Parts: sequence; C-alpha cells; structure tokens
Amino acid sequence: MKLRDIVSFSFGAFRGNRVRTALVLVATAIGVAAVVILTALGEGARTYVTSEFASLGSNLLIVLPGRSETAGAGPAMFVAETPRDLTIEDAQALLRSPHVNRIAPLNVGSVPVSFRQRDRDVPVLGTTSEWIEIRHWTMDQGVFLPAGDPTTANAVAVLGAKVRDELFGSEPALGEWIRLGDRRFRVIGILSGQGQSIGMSMDEVVMVPVASAQLLFNSASLFRIFVETRSRDDMPEAKQDVINTIRARHQGEEDVTVISQDAVLATFDKIFDALTYTVAAIASISLVVSGILIMNVMLVVVSQRTAEIGLLKALGAPRVQILRLFLAEALLLSLFGAVVGLSIGAIGCIGLGQAFPALSFEPPAWAVAAACFVAIGTGLLFGVLPARRAARLDPVQALSRR
Amino acid sequence: MIELTRIERNFKVGDQWVHALRGVDLNIARGEYVSIMGPSGSGKSTLLHIVGLLDRPDAGQYRLDGKDVTTLDEVEQARVRREKIGFVFQFFHLIPRLTAAENVELPLILAGLEPEERKPRVDRVLHAVGLEDRAHHRPDQLSGGQRQRVAIARATIMEPAVLLADEPTGNLDRASGTEVIGVIESLVERGIAVVVVTHDPFVGDRARRQIRMEDGLIVSDTSSTAAR
Repeated sequence: MKLRDIVSFSFGAFRGNRVRTALVLVATAIGVAAVVILTALGEGARTYVTSEFASLGSNLLIVLPGRSETAGAGPAMFVAETPRDLTIEDAQALLRSPHVNRIAPLNVGSVPVSFRQRDRDVPVLGTTSEWIEIRHWTMDQGVFLPAGDPTTANAVAVLGAKVRDELFGSEPALGEWIRLGDRRFRVIGILSGQGQSIGMSMDEVVMVPVASAQLLFNSASLFRIFVETRSRDDMPEAKQDVINTIRARHQGEEDVTVISQDAVLATFDKIFDALTYTVAAIASISLVVSGILIMNVMLVVVSQRTAEIGLLKALGAPRVQILRLFLAEALLLSLFGAVVGLSIGAIGCIGLGQAFPALSFEPPAWAVAAACFVAIGTGLLFGVLPARRAARLDPVQALSRR
Repeated sequence: MIELTRIERNFKVGDQWVHALRGVDLNIARGEYVSIMGPSGSGKSTLLHIVGLLDRPDAGQYRLDGKDVTTLDEVEQARVRREKIGFVFQFFHLIPRLTAAENVELPLILAGLEPEERKPRVDRVLHAVGLEDRAHHRPDQLSGGQRQRVAIARATIMEPAVLLADEPTGNLDRASGTEVIGVIESLVERGIAVVVVTHDPFVGDRARRQIRMEDGLIVSDTSSTAAR
C-alpha cells in the first residue's frame, strides 16, 4: 500500500467522523498551544527582568577601595598596610581598557546645604557627566553636570527632586545660588525621581562635579568608581583589566574590590529557566492527556470499524498493514493537532504581545520542538494499542457483525 | 484446484466444544460452480472461511493450486487471499464513507498498485456488473442489489481463481437476488470457480454441483450435468 494511499485513506476516515476528528484536534491543539504560550510567558518574563537589569546597568562594575577578602594570618598582618586612596587619576586610567566604555568616579559626603534661610544636611555626591548615562538617570529640568576635565572644580550643582522641594518650595530653582558648606554653587539641573540606589534615596542628594566635592570634603579619595563595560560579555575581561590597572598604579598592591551585578543576574536567569521548564512540564501534561484522548477515540474507532477491518483482512491486508493504517490515523491526528496548536500558540503570543507591549512573547525554539515532538510521540504511543487491537481482530468474527 | 483433506474445526462455546467441521474432504476444480446448503450450524460458513483462509483448520490439510496453504504464515496467507480469492458477504461490507468506485478500488490500493493502473480496472469491473453510472454514489445511495453488485465487482477486480459467496442473496428481495445471481453466474462463464453458501434452495439449486452439509459433515454431493 502506497504512503499516499494510506494518507488519503486516513483522511477519508477523518471526514467520515468529523466531530471526533475535530475533538481530538482541539485536545491536541490545546496542549501544544499551552506549551507554546506558557513557555513564551516564561521567556518574556525573563527577557523583561534581564532588560530591566540592563537598564540599571547590568554591564556595570563597581570598584571599591580596600580588599574585602580576609588576608589570613600571614606576615601581612604585621606590616602596616594603609590602603591607598582611589583617585580621579586611577578612575581615568581605567578608560584605557578596550573593554571599558565609560567610567564615573563617585565620592560622597554630608555637607549642610542652604538657600536663603532654609538649610539642611544632605548627602552630596561628587561625580562626572558620565554618571547620568551609566546609571540611566533622567533630568526633570535643566542639565546634568558639564562634561570636561574631571579635575576642574566647577561651582555647579544638580539637585534631587526632594531637596529642590524642601529648599525652594514652589519657587523656581534653576539658576539660583545655593551654599554647600562654605562654598556657593549655581543650580543647573533638577533630577527626576530616581528612587533608592546603593542604600540611599537618590531624591535627597545634591550632585556636584567630583573635583568640587573633593574640595568640599577636603579629601582626594574616591568612594567608588562605576565602570560601564562595552557589553555583558566584556565583564570578566574588564574586571581583570580594572584590577591590573589599579595594581600597577598602586605599587603592585591589589587593594581594591570589584563587584558586579552579574551574580544577581545569573540567579535570576536560573530562576526563570526553572520557571519556564516547570510551566512547560505542566503544559505537557495536557499533551499526555490529549494522547490518552487519542487512544480512547482510536479504540472507539476500532470497535466502530470492526467490520471494515475484517473486510480489509478478507481483501488481503495482513496485520502489519492494518497496524500501519491505524497508526497513520493516530499520527496524522496528532500531527494536525500540533499544527493547529502551533497556530493558536502563535496567535496567542501575538495577542499577549499586544496586551503587554513591554514584554516580548517569543516561545523558545526548544519548547516549540518539544511540544510537537511530545504531541506526535503521544499520538503514536497511544495509537499503538488501538492499532494492535485492530490488527489482531479475528476476521471471521469481525465480519459476522453487521 | 481446492483440495481439502479431513478438515476439522472445533470451537469452544462456554465450556462446551462445538465440532463445526468433523473431517471434511472436498475437492473443487477450476471453474466449478458449487453451492453449499444445509441448516444453521451445519458448518457450511466455517468451511467457506477455511477455504477463504480467513480461518485455520484444527486438523487436516488444505492444498490450493497444489500448494499446502495451511502452513503459510499470516502475511503469505493474506497475499493468497488477495490474489486468488474473492469474497461476497451477506451484508455487502462496503465501506460507507467511500463511493462505489473507491470501494471497488480498495483491493488494488491494498496491493499497492499505481492510481493510473487502478482506474481502468475499476471502470472495467463496474461495467461488468452494470454499475458504471453509479461509480460515484455512496453505498447509502444504492439499492441492496446494486450494493451487492459493487461487492462482486470488488471481489473480482483482482481476478481471483475462486469467488466465495456467503449468503449473497440473504439480504435481498427476490428480484435483486436474481439479478445478483445472474452476475455471479456470468463469472462462472468467465472461468472463475464460484462457491455459494446459501439457505435459499432457489439459489442453491442453480449450481451445477450441490453439496449438502449437516453436523459438520458433507452428507450429499451431487452434480447435475444438465445445463440450467
């Protein structure tokens, strides 16, 4: 019997019982569509979280002065070791690494800030113009710190939203002179709300050029250096470059710690992987259920078509051929179910994408492949039993029924 | 052509053994027209099934064209059935979703013939049973007699050596029955051996050789030399 004839015979059988065919198709399709849509959701959530991290600066290294590791009891314990200060020059030296895109030095201090009669103590952050790009901050009004030589101490300040409210109330703040400690600074910009970061509210800060901050705090030492690498893949090399550069500049002493958000991100990746696998597994249960449905339907089909099977045997079809015919029916049913399911899944993903434009709903290729594979596999697996039953029917008894 | 030697067939019904055939000897030559009659349970259908290789005897030997077919495996038996034996049943056994032509085509499909080879053969046998204009009707659009003629066309499309008919008129009125018997007898004229199992003496008496069975044994085997 030719393959084409087997297929058209099966199609004849499907047409012969449209309701049953439609029901099995729907069951398989739901299973496949569920796998596709649920894994797409998982993937969408993962991409969303990753991109959120990226907007926080996922390719960000933070350089801290001092070693955080314990050195252990060695001769070093008895050597008077003063960690060298991180300086603006150290920060600028980091730019020589090909893996580093931008840097922003940061120093922090608390200085009284006043405008006319109002004054209060606020954290003052000294940094450079690159800060706003590295941290993906936005301005409410005015401009951020000017670009240029970071060792130039311009008397300009950028206010956090809350500081502006407290000092100026409803009056305009741009262009006004405020007093920080014993120096005067002109307000050139207001930050929009930034929320919490590195443990302090970023709405309650005053930002000044790093050199000005050094003068204000009377200290040349930096609190942190923020290093943005060219991409996430550059992180390990950039980290090594940072350590090497600082060590070379600090007389061979590795006295800085470099931390990254990579570890956090890796954890999130793992969580979302586990989540996607879990939903895929749950969804494939529905595929197995549809496989059982196929078996059920095929068993009914075999008993409904007993006379037909007897006839085929009388016409000279050996058992193998009957087996093949009924397996082909089960296989084609699950195959079409899978195709319909993939279409429903694709439409579902498009629908979800329109409902939540922030997330991307792309089912992973492995999930699509697995869904089809499981659908067809269960179709075959659960088709074997009915097909064997059909093949084993005694022709005399099968034909004696009307 | 068909040589049955001491064929036995027993069935277990409940906890009782029923001896459907108790050592039947029967030879049928090429082109013979044979009817088998007898009361219900006399074993005539069982005999027909064994001749048609749908059933295996418990004892005895069956030689078809000089070859022992009782020892063949399932696949080879199926092939013998396909190539040498045609069946006609009381309830026609047409597949309801297929048209008359498709039903007739079925043995050719099972044999793996190409569609272009199949078409002319289907047309020829449908023409032979006078149903060329009903080719694209489904069984439920045909009368009983027409259905049985489709079944005969299907049984003869592989050009078998023997046609086995189990109560071919049992489900038909007299007129349709006569029509069907006419078609069957035209096969005899073409040299196909025909074995008809029937209750109906009107049908059975038309055969040149008439076999009577009772209790699993052949009780009479008469040949009328007179042409009907």
